[in-house]
Amino acid sequence: MSIEPIGTRPRRTFDPTRMMIYLVLAVAAIYYLLPLYVMIVTSLKGMPEVRLGNIFSPPVEITFEPWAKAWDTACTGLYCEGLKVGFWNSMQILIPSVVISIAIASVNGYALSFWRFRGAEVFFTILIFGSFIPYQVMLYPLVIITRELGIFGSLTGVIFIHTIFGMPILTLLFRNYFASLPQELFKAARVDGAGFWGIFFKIMVPMSPPIFVVAIILQVTGIWNDFLFGVIFAGTKNFPMTVQLNNIVNSSQGVKEYNVNMAATILTGAVPLAIYFLSGKYFVRGIAAGAVKG
Amino acid sequence: MAHQARPNPYFRNLNAKVAATPMILTTLIVFVGCSVWTVLYSFSASRALPVNEFVGFAQYDRLFNTSRWTKSVGNIAVYGIFSLVFSLVVGFILAAFMDQKIRFENTFRTIFLYPFALSFIVTGLVWQWILNPTLGLQKAVRDLGWESFTFDLIAHRDTVIYALLIAGIWQGTGFVMALMLAGLRGVDEDIWKASRIDGIPKWKTYIFVVIPMMRGVFVTTLVIIASGIVRLYDLVVAMTSGGPGIASEVPAKYVYDFMFARGNVGQALAASTVMLTTVLIILIPWIYLEYGSKKPK
Amino acid sequence: MKSIEIKDLSLSFGDFKVLEKLNLDIYDGEFLVLLGASGCGKSTLLNCVAGLLDISDGQIFIKGKNVTWKEPKDRDIGMVFQSYALYPQMSVRGNLSFGLKNARIPKPEIEKRVARAAEILQIESLLHRKPAELSGGQRQRVAIGRALVREVDVFLFDEPLSNLDAKLRAELRVEIKRLHQKLNNTMIYVTHDQIEALTLADRIAIMRGGKVQQLDTPQVIYNHPVNKYVAAFIGSPGMNFLTGRLVAGEKPGFNFNGLDVDLSRYAFNDTTPSGESEAWLGIRPEHIHVGPEAVKKAFSHTVEVEVVEPMGSDTLVWSKLADQEFRFRMDGQLSVKVGEELMIGFDPVSASLFDSKTEIRL
Repeated sequence: MSIEPIGTRPRRTFDPTRMMIYLVLAVAAIYYLLPLYVMIVTSLKGMPEVRLGNIFSPPVEITFEPWAKAWDTACTGLYCEGLKVGFWNSMQILIPSVVISIAIASVNGYALSFWRFRGAEVFFTILIFGSFIPYQVMLYPLVIITRELGIFGSLTGVIFIHTIFGMPILTLLFRNYFASLPQELFKAARVDGAGFWGIFFKIMVPMSPPIFVVAIILQVTGIWNDFLFGVIFAGTKNFPMTVQLNNIVNSSQGVKEYNVNMAATILTGAVPLAIYFLSGKYFVRGIAAGAVKG
Repeated sequence: MAHQARPNPYFRNLNAKVAATPMILTTLIVFVGCSVWTVLYSFSASRALPVNEFVGFAQYDRLFNTSRWTKSVGNIAVYGIFSLVFSLVVGFILAAFMDQKIRFENTFRTIFLYPFALSFIVTGLVWQWILNPTLGLQKAVRDLGWESFTFDLIAHRDTVIYALLIAGIWQGTGFVMALMLAGLRGVDEDIWKASRIDGIPKWKTYIFVVIPMMRGVFVTTLVIIASGIVRLYDLVVAMTSGGPGIASEVPAKYVYDFMFARGNVGQALAASTVMLTTVLIILIPWIYLEYGSKKPK
Repeated sequence: MKSIEIKDLSLSFGDFKVLEKLNLDIYDGEFLVLLGASGCGKSTLLNCVAGLLDISDGQIFIKGKNVTWKEPKDRDIGMVFQSYALYPQMSVRGNLSFGLKNARIPKPEIEKRVARAAEILQIESLLHRKPAELSGGQRQRVAIGRALVREVDVFLFDEPLSNLDAKLRAELRVEIKRLHQKLNNTMIYVTHDQIEALTLADRIAIMRGGKVQQLDTPQVIYNHPVNKYVAAFIGSPGMNFLTGRLVAGEKPGFNFNGLDVDLSRYAFNDTTPSGESEAWLGIRPEHIHVGPEAVKKAFSHTVEVEVVEPMGSDTLVWSKLADQEFRFRMDGQLSVKVGEELMIGFDPVSASLFDSKTEIRL
């Protein structure tokens, strides 16, 4: 056997394949970042500069005027009270919807994972496949139901609708999470004499902060970004921010103030974006949750 | 030692049944009940309000003779096919690139995925602004000296749907990439080792080994995107309001407009039943694939 | 006195019968092991006794009380699980006292019991720790402690040692045996490990397909398996099975491939078969003698060594006896080579005969 000379490890100074990969990713990144950049620079320009200049050029003179106007005085066609009305409406819709839908779905998912009873899986399967049905199919009957319940065109009405349509994905999320916890833990707790609620609150909930975070992220972004349910069920004076934003930007009267529009757009996107940038991996888990098989 | 009879099964696990009541009611009343109601009344002569006068397929006759509806269906077909193909292909390629142990993976992922956190309304308005021929991208390029540059998809009847597509893909591809990346990460490391030892090039391993292994991820992604496409509404409202003319109308908007703005409930219900049928056509083969082959134990 | 009585217990999931008309009596202070391959229904049976599964039919009595439809907590049982099932967010003390708190036992009493259990299991120094900070062996001690503090007469173990490595398993096995000797309570222990079963049990119930195949002391099960399945399941390395013909009558014998085993000293079950029939002759590798001693046995023959597996104290030799697979155990100190011819022999008294169709012991 001959002894091979000891070679030095080849140094990769230039690897064309990898350069290509980075190039493609960088180009894609520009495509993705461009709108955000345009939004920000436009919102910081004065109207004359918007009209004369280039949408990609940075503002010559930075002004926060459009932001103030978008928040406080922009007109939606009927009123000129800015986006703040929509912001507070969205908050009033968001908080109860998130809390109620998660409370119901978590208990539901827990019941489905540990306290199986006949028929439960059937309902659950219909619920999951039902979530693929276009909302339009269920809209009109839901209008009738909410009207009969006396909650059509109110905050309660839109919260009710968000709770219903949040149920499939959240129940799936919680059911899958609880199903991944060891069954023996549940058995041990039963031998230890804990009941349905005792096991849920003392054993399961303390083990589940990550999934609650995922659920909150999912619901906050989903409900905040909703347009359809808000415009139908909330009633004119309770319109959420997305609806108001659309009314401000697409209201036909007067001169279009693109800088104000862009500021309003950023403001509307700010809440989910903040959630997104702060939550990182949880957001990915949340959106991937829908793709996880039940 | 007395024999004990089985207690009434309806009262066993009572707490669990109480806890599941909201789910059961939602399933029965909303997902089943409301859908059945809609299908049923799509055969009625309802106009401003639903009526119990049933007229067979008359509403459907009218529907498919309405140019706005046929245009909507054509639009969603074009939008759907392009956006499915594009987001799956691009999403997968981006994911495959991201899976090459690259630097700044987190940064890239954050950039590709952030549009998904935004509302379609926000997306629509931004792209409306960028694609605006007199103020947006076209003007910016012309200002640079390229006077004949045209990029006015949004302003023309026959191209406006591609403008919607640009915005839709911008929002959705990151999501597909995230799902694909999760799928790729689920592929056994040993597959890569084996293919390296066998001397199979990477791209070949992807096409012949990895993609077939990820069949489940692809199918699920496809179903999720497809059922999202059928619902396409907010983006159109924000970006084009269906214009110019009726050039960018979509079925979901047709339903909304006829239901709430034009007071023609019968048309809206017929249109939504057609949407439901479309979704079922997508869904049933999927259910069959995913669950049909698995026999209950 | 009977501690646990299971009467005609059946359980089915849809059409699939997991347990069928099962009867089992367990006596006070007895250590009963439910042994079987996975899917035989042994864990299911234990879960039924614990009340964690609703049964389809039958009755269960614990300490003379009918508990068939009682909640697990009302059955006076303690249970230890394979995955330990410790509540991760609670300290060891919290884990031990959770059940007692649920039963509204006064605080001083809880503290007394926790202290006593901790002393018995030598986990006093761990009481403030979280399960994640414990080793596997320590976790299982805490899990046993959780059953201990309940001060009940019946302990149920569901494969408690399966998640531990071999060395720890052996250690805890002895400890469980010690605990049983000390507390002298009734224990039902589910395992798929025959060594655990043989070492721990007063009686073993071997299960297959939801039915008890044989219920007896480890010695009887080892020496007189009721059927081929039990014979094959118990013992490591497994029993040799030679297929051949049983010739009954005055001078019974077993013929295979031209060889003849004299069965005059074999203790047939009460019905001695007559005529000729197909049968299996089972003989354990450890009951086979090698060398000069082999010749003295009722049956002896030469075999050629094919594979040698030294295992320390013993050496396992693979060979063919008249073309049939044949393994035997030799003293580990003796050296054997592949290809070597060895004289082997055994006594039919230590063998088992099974009918080839029913696989029942003859």
